[in-house]
Amino acid sequence: MSLDMKVDGKSKNRADDLAQGILGTPMDRPEGLLKVTGEALYAAEDLPGNCTFGMLVSAPAQGDVTLSNEAEIRDMPGVLAVIHDPRMVRNAAQGTMDEAPVQGVDHAAYAGQAVALVVAESFEAARHAAQSVKLGLSGEEGPIDPQAVETEESEGNRFVRGDLDKAMASAAHTVDAVYTTPSMTSAPMEPHAAVAWWDGDKVTVRASLQMLKYNRNELADCLGIDSENVRLLSPYVGGGFGSKLGISPEAVAAAIAARELGRPVRVVLHRRQMFEVVTRRSETRQHIRLAADGDGRLTGLGHEVLVSNLPDEPFSEPVTQGTHFAYPAENRLIRKEVARIHRPAAGSVRAPGEAVGVTTFEAAMDELACAAGMDPVELRLRNIPEKDPEQGIPFSSHMLEPTLREGAERFGWFDRDPELRARREGEWWIGTGMAAAFRVNILSEAQARVRLTAGGAVVETDQTDIGTGTYAILTQIAGELLGLPADKVETRLGDTDLPPGSGSGGSWGAASTGSAVWLAAMELRQRIADAMGCDEAELTLKDGQATCGNVTQPLEEILGGESLVGHGHVKPGDALEEVMQSTYGAHFAEVAVNDVTGETRVRRMLGCFAAGRILNEKTARSQCHGGMIWGIGMALTEGVTHDRRTGRMVNRDLAEYHVPVNADVPPLEVHFVEERDPWAGPMQAKGIGELGICGAGAAVLNAIHHACGVRIRDLPATPDKVLAGLLQ
Amino acid sequence: MTLTLTVNGTERQLELDPRVTLLDALRVHLDLTGSKKGCDHGQCGACTVLVNGRRINSCLSLAVMHDGDEITTVEGLANGKPGELQQAFVEHDGFQCGYCTPGQLCSATGMLQELAEGWPSHVSETLEGEYGLTEAEISERMSGNICRCSCYPGINAAIRQAGERA
Repeated sequence: MSLDMKVDGKSKNRADDLAQGILGTPMDRPEGLLKVTGEALYAAEDLPGNCTFGMLVSAPAQGDVTLSNEAEIRDMPGVLAVIHDPRMVRNAAQGTMDEAPVQGVDHAAYAGQAVALVVAESFEAARHAAQSVKLGLSGEEGPIDPQAVETEESEGNRFVRGDLDKAMASAAHTVDAVYTTPSMTSAPMEPHAAVAWWDGDKVTVRASLQMLKYNRNELADCLGIDSENVRLLSPYVGGGFGSKLGISPEAVAAAIAARELGRPVRVVLHRRQMFEVVTRRSETRQHIRLAADGDGRLTGLGHEVLVSNLPDEPFSEPVTQGTHFAYPAENRLIRKEVARIHRPAAGSVRAPGEAVGVTTFEAAMDELACAAGMDPVELRLRNIPEKDPEQGIPFSSHMLEPTLREGAERFGWFDRDPELRARREGEWWIGTGMAAAFRVNILSEAQARVRLTAGGAVVETDQTDIGTGTYAILTQIAGELLGLPADKVETRLGDTDLPPGSGSGGSWGAASTGSAVWLAAMELRQRIADAMGCDEAELTLKDGQATCGNVTQPLEEILGGESLVGHGHVKPGDALEEVMQSTYGAHFAEVAVNDVTGETRVRRMLGCFAAGRILNEKTARSQCHGGMIWGIGMALTEGVTHDRRTGRMVNRDLAEYHVPVNADVPPLEVHFVEERDPWAGPMQAKGIGELGICGAGAAVLNAIHHACGVRIRDLPATPDKVLAGLLQ
Repeated sequence: MTLTLTVNGTERQLELDPRVTLLDALRVHLDLTGSKKGCDHGQCGACTVLVNGRRINSCLSLAVMHDGDEITTVEGLANGKPGELQQAFVEHDGFQCGYCTPGQLCSATGMLQELAEGWPSHVSETLEGEYGLTEAEISERMSGNICRCSCYPGINAAIRQAGERA
């Protein structure tokens, strides 16, 4: 049996009437103790017996590859194999690709591409041998500068209406600015890793991946075998942020090598390889134009962007995704160009599109507020669309105004002196800035199974928990519907032998796989109600007791020693076309900018967010903290430098690519504005994992401008750039 | 090479390739995978363990340099049951993916000891004296441990709670 649902319209609010009372609570993560005691096992742990160790070899430049000293390498102590196989992949697959990415390692399409695998009896022997490989690289090199090649337009992103030039010419206030953002990287703490072993024609891979149902098909396609013969295990994933969406080179290489050797093979990416062989966030060049009337109402907006990727990659950074619906303006010009260049592949990094697109657009909105002499919060309030400005459909809900108002109130926004350079403390200029946050909401197909026995419930799906809180929220959803406390629910994840969930990405894991668990548990409620002879809506389940009318019975008694299995299957439906679904928020930041050094310190930051029902207040808050801190990194320190001769990433490690550390982060406040979005499925919950990064960096950049009058349009706002502005 | 490590109170004899780091000795040769490898270059802090009571990056140190040393890993922080600091990390959500967490916990344990012994930090106003568990001191002293999930608010709240109760 299965309870299936295609989300075509509004769902009833059932969750608020359920009795257990654990959904939405700040419950501790059920796997928390395993993580703080070191017992949670990640991909490269729990090694099978007789395991061998592989190390990938990276090409330092583009070109046709020859392994000049392969025989010598094979003769090195402990070395078992040098693998250089046409099934190996150029770079990680794009999210939800469901098939092999570009294969073949005879040619390095970018500097840093992995072109061979050395396998040895020990990690040390493999590393030494991999470092000893001499590569010959010859032939032509492709272009690496996105500004220096002919570009192709991405038609799907184009929207043109009215006459923007005319609107600009007749506007009371305008902004015409070019923003640039550098390549950025996900840098999850756990390096990409795979341990592969074969049993006959079947391969099992412990891997660090986000979307197992797609990854299984991708790996099978790479190997040329049936998906049924691939099993992936990712019970714990040490962060992903988009970089583990698709099957990546180490997993494919490990599977090929394990077949060849007839022994298990472990391959872990070196931290420097992680920067290159899994996808980066594309650098962007963004031309933003805003035209407003005397009241600050937008009459025209333009967002024309340039991004890059390798040839044959289907993804291009959807920079303008938020621009299409964020603000109304009659005259609109939104376009995207893609430069095909030979830097490492670009792909999804936390909030692809809005992370960089909303950030720059919100900085430009701050420029407009300054040009119009208007408070930046007020400017946003005057530009809230009544319906989707391009599609003309209604919003499922629109929470920008309440998040702006509550955030401004809590931050003490209106206490600020709007004048620039108005506050000084010693060497430091002090200022505040704000930005709005937008992130599209996506539902994705998902399945889950819930087994109910006298001992409690077991939730099963191949969904992953990449730190997002999946173990917690699925436990809460099942417990809420079945009337069980959290310790009576066990959630099993990350195994392709279990029903296929949605995968973790695009902020859709919680609402999608959560809905599948909801449906599976709802099927069980219906069967319990049938057994008691009442309607499911009349059934109360709490603490293992079932109540219908005047009758209360222990669940154990109803089950009578049997187990009940429910299966849930959710699919996106017409709701996608009927309404525009998004999450909303507002960021506020206070910074200090050093007048002597140009250094920026964030002194405090507050985010106010709305994303439908919040399923776990604690894990949702941590997701928002994470997003806001990524915003601090984007604004102040993060950026890949590509060697202008080879395109190679120069700062490809954590010493040189500066993610925020503890001392970079001030006290943060996160507030949720209560909301139920009936269009978002049976739980009325939307995704929260990416909203926090969207616009966060703009609040910091705008605060820098308010503090010291320096407008940084080339991210990040490193001290050299700020100082140059201070000296002007 | 032959060496003896006392790991979490138990003496362990090892025969190792001299290239094996202390981290890989723990993870691969002793199957104590609680200590994590994040960068293998001393840049992220995920591999932090206590050696003779002091926190170090175990990826930057060869195992053979530690013959006779006492090592405490995350597995050794729980004495039968999770300690105050470990429970505080769960309560305050001082982690998400959990991969940097063993390093954060070992680092915090070492840091609290350094504070108690009166070691100054970059943000201390004087070089001698007692240093409290201020936000600035915790943040500064924990900045060798990167958390890309960015759970610093929870990490600091957990350390403060455990430190104040100690």
